[in-house]
Amino acid sequence: MTASSPAATGDPLPPDTVPLGPAGSASQLRLMWGQFKRHRMAMVSAIVLIMIYLTAAFCEFLAPFSPIAFNPRYTYAPPQRLHLFDRDAAGQLVFMPHVNGYKVTIDPVALRRTFIVDDKVKHPVGLFVASEPYQMWGLITLRRKLIGPLVKGDPMYLLGADRLGRDMLSRILYGTRISMTIGLIGVTLSLVLGIVLGGLSGYYGGWIDHIIQRTIEFVLSLPTTPLWLGLAAAMPTNWPPLRIYLCITIILSLIGWTSLARVVRGRFLSLRTEDFVTAARLDGAGESRIIFRHMAPSFISHIIAEVSLAIPGMILAETALSFLGLGLQPPMVSWGVLLQEAQNIRAIATAPWLFAPGIAVVIAVLALNFVGDGLRDAADPYRQ
Amino acid sequence: MTETDGDIVLEVKDLSTWFETRHETVKAVDHVSLTLRHGRTLCVVGESGSGKSVTARSILNIVPKPGRIVTGEVILHNSTLEWAGGKPIDLAALHPRGRRIRTVRGREIAMIFQEPMASLSPVHTIGSQIVEAIRLHRRMNQAEARALAVEMLDRVRIPRPSQAVDSYPFEFSGGMRQRAMTAMALVCEPKLLIADEPTTALDVTTQAEILELMKNLQSLYGMALMFITHDMGVVAEIADEVAVMHQGRVVEHGPVNAIFAAPQHPYTQRLLNSVLVLERRSHRALGRSLRPGADTILDVENLGMRFDSRRGLFRTSGEGAVQALDSVAFSLARGESLGIVGESGSGKTTLGRCVLRILEPTSGRIRFKRRSREPVDLAALPAPAMKPYWEAMRLIFQDPFASLNPRMTLLQIIGEPLRNYGIASGSELEHRVATLMQRVGLSPETMRRYPHAFSGGQRQRIGIARAIALKPELIVADEATSALDVSLRAQILDLLLDLGHELELSYIIISHDISVIRYMCDRVAVMHRGRIVEIGETGSVCDDPQHPYTRSLISAIPKPDPRQRGRAGRIRYQPNGAN
Repeated sequence: MTASSPAATGDPLPPDTVPLGPAGSASQLRLMWGQFKRHRMAMVSAIVLIMIYLTAAFCEFLAPFSPIAFNPRYTYAPPQRLHLFDRDAAGQLVFMPHVNGYKVTIDPVALRRTFIVDDKVKHPVGLFVASEPYQMWGLITLRRKLIGPLVKGDPMYLLGADRLGRDMLSRILYGTRISMTIGLIGVTLSLVLGIVLGGLSGYYGGWIDHIIQRTIEFVLSLPTTPLWLGLAAAMPTNWPPLRIYLCITIILSLIGWTSLARVVRGRFLSLRTEDFVTAARLDGAGESRIIFRHMAPSFISHIIAEVSLAIPGMILAETALSFLGLGLQPPMVSWGVLLQEAQNIRAIATAPWLFAPGIAVVIAVLALNFVGDGLRDAADPYRQ
Repeated sequence: MTETDGDIVLEVKDLSTWFETRHETVKAVDHVSLTLRHGRTLCVVGESGSGKSVTARSILNIVPKPGRIVTGEVILHNSTLEWAGGKPIDLAALHPRGRRIRTVRGREIAMIFQEPMASLSPVHTIGSQIVEAIRLHRRMNQAEARALAVEMLDRVRIPRPSQAVDSYPFEFSGGMRQRAMTAMALVCEPKLLIADEPTTALDVTTQAEILELMKNLQSLYGMALMFITHDMGVVAEIADEVAVMHQGRVVEHGPVNAIFAAPQHPYTQRLLNSVLVLERRSHRALGRSLRPGADTILDVENLGMRFDSRRGLFRTSGEGAVQALDSVAFSLARGESLGIVGESGSGKTTLGRCVLRILEPTSGRIRFKRRSREPVDLAALPAPAMKPYWEAMRLIFQDPFASLNPRMTLLQIIGEPLRNYGIASGSELEHRVATLMQRVGLSPETMRRYPHAFSGGQRQRIGIARAIALKPELIVADEATSALDVSLRAQILDLLLDLGHELELSYIIISHDISVIRYMCDRVAVMHRGRIVEIGETGSVCDDPQHPYTRSLISAIPKPDPRQRGRAGRIRYQPNGAN
């Protein structure tokens, strides 16, 4: 028996050899991408999502003002329209972006201030305008903003102003960073917990599985909202905002890991009995190689899909907690914190634009859900 | 036999059904014409993907999306439907979800499917499902319909029909379910019964009984029968006429004796030839003789395997335990191939997996002797100590789809054992994989492709390449050819035989198909309910079976020769002390 003898025979190819299509050597990622591209809603949502996360990354530069800059003259100022063209002295249309000024009248009886848009006053607006120096990511000092009034101190409230005359647009852009990252960090934490515990549970089975599953059932039997409320209320109010932020993410992921652990366990259980896993065992593969090289590629895509569906839950939970005043506290700006302003009937009546952060939440959650759906459909390109 | 036009129940004229996707158009049925006559059986035969099932579904206008009937007519003659007024109806022209086609389905034309469990509702009793079928098409009250259901169950020879009518499908065996499906299909006395591979999922003894039942029912009711199958033996057993389909077309059509005796079309000739090849012992196996004084590679003694019901917090053990293997003993000489044959549930797969220690046997000894080494009792080894022995004993899986990791390229799949045993890596690994692929008849250029680009036969070759990569001494092939079309079966078996010569391999060939065993095995062991009931030379066991169970098994196999129909009497096996 020598190694060379089989090669020497050089058998002709069997008659069932079919010419292979170009998909034959497509890797899993390429097949998934091809499948994902067909899901039109998911593609649109993915673009929206990328824009949202870019906003979160560059909110200091994108926001016209600082989120804490206030102006008592413009409390509850309504949104302004951005005009791109203006007529010059000769009556010709020229490109000159501007916003109109406000005229304030005070009702002598109710002492209520009403804003009327004043067509005569025009505040010119420009791109890359000079601003107060600010810190980008707390590292670089910058003096330019993407958009802002050319004359310093001119009012520009594209999404209106709140009770202290702060610019809603700037606050929502800043809120994006906190709200969107809390989802990511929270899900990462629950993912680590979920994969480790779910993997142990599914791969080894037996009493390990028993203990982990009963723990999950116990955690799931706790009513979540009171638990969050209790834990959040237990945090000292004098903690720095960053520590509160971290604690909130941990509280949220304490519940979130359970569903991920169940998904991972289910995939492990079904894969463990697959023929190709048995084949890998017979091929002499060690345990870690079976898990990471043979089984993981088959469920990692499902997990990505599951994760993208779990992020909206986190975002909504943070929003709900903050809305109730138990999550993040006002010096920090998240969409939930912003919505606290819209808690009373007066807000609905006089300043409906305070709900704008709610719209941001809806868009982000919908986009994440659609992307998750698309990923889940694309996760198994071999299904057909 | 005189054939008049009055006999014609259904005519399929120039039917084409296409599946249009974004990238391509698959012509699943391509200009097919068939005629079905009263009291006659038409067998539609072909390999997988030849369009047999789509033809049947096109007749009932239930083509799954994105398929649609493009051209052609399906003309139903002499219907008793009021809205047709006695005129022929073109079923293909009716709206697929309309009221009219629904009155045809079930009443004029009934269909039974391959998998009875999937077509019966698991949450309703058999009786209530039959009653529903009756009352959809006939004016009958509940009590009358129930009485008819009991009568029908009796007619399909389900024992104790008045009790069986209140059972659920899961309480029935596979054969009983298929009988119940047949009863349901026949309640409205259809003019045409379409049976789509009704016996493929069944054991050969059950298949023989269902075929007999169908013939009896046909003579009783006189309906036309369209029987779809891939098995030429079944065709020879039941057909009056045969239509051979290949790639969506009917390539040959004629009376059963003519097709078998003098096939005209080259495809039919090839198909029949590949069936007949498997009726004999392979010439490659004949030329092979055991080396005198060959040592015993495997010696199995008193092997037992019990599947205990799972122990849980609130469950006690001991209930529902299954004795899958019961004191099994055999030995295997080096270079010999042993066939293990049996019906589903006989424990043959469990035996294969116990020998490889994928499953832990509960008792017994498995003495395995590697070349020029001392024999070792595998059953006594702790699980982690098995790795060195898996190098010398390999498994070929039944399912060529599930056994190859879809996320790995051929290079990775075939190279995996070489890599794990530290035999080769890098360009040396690539070279070895290329050699192996060439040996099993795959082009080495395709080594960076993923398994989904390959057909079933090619995938099984990949599995074989993986199995021989380590130059093993023993290969267990668990139903290695049963997922393949018959024309590929002999090729794969020939490949295994050649490899056996070259590498001096011993084989354990597990199969439910006795022709596979006869083709390549030196000896055969017949398993029944976890025991080996008979073991001996393949020729003598097949031609002169001693044990009554073996006799019943052999007599149930349909012979691919219509002239022998009914010649060999069926022998039924009644195990004493059956539980």
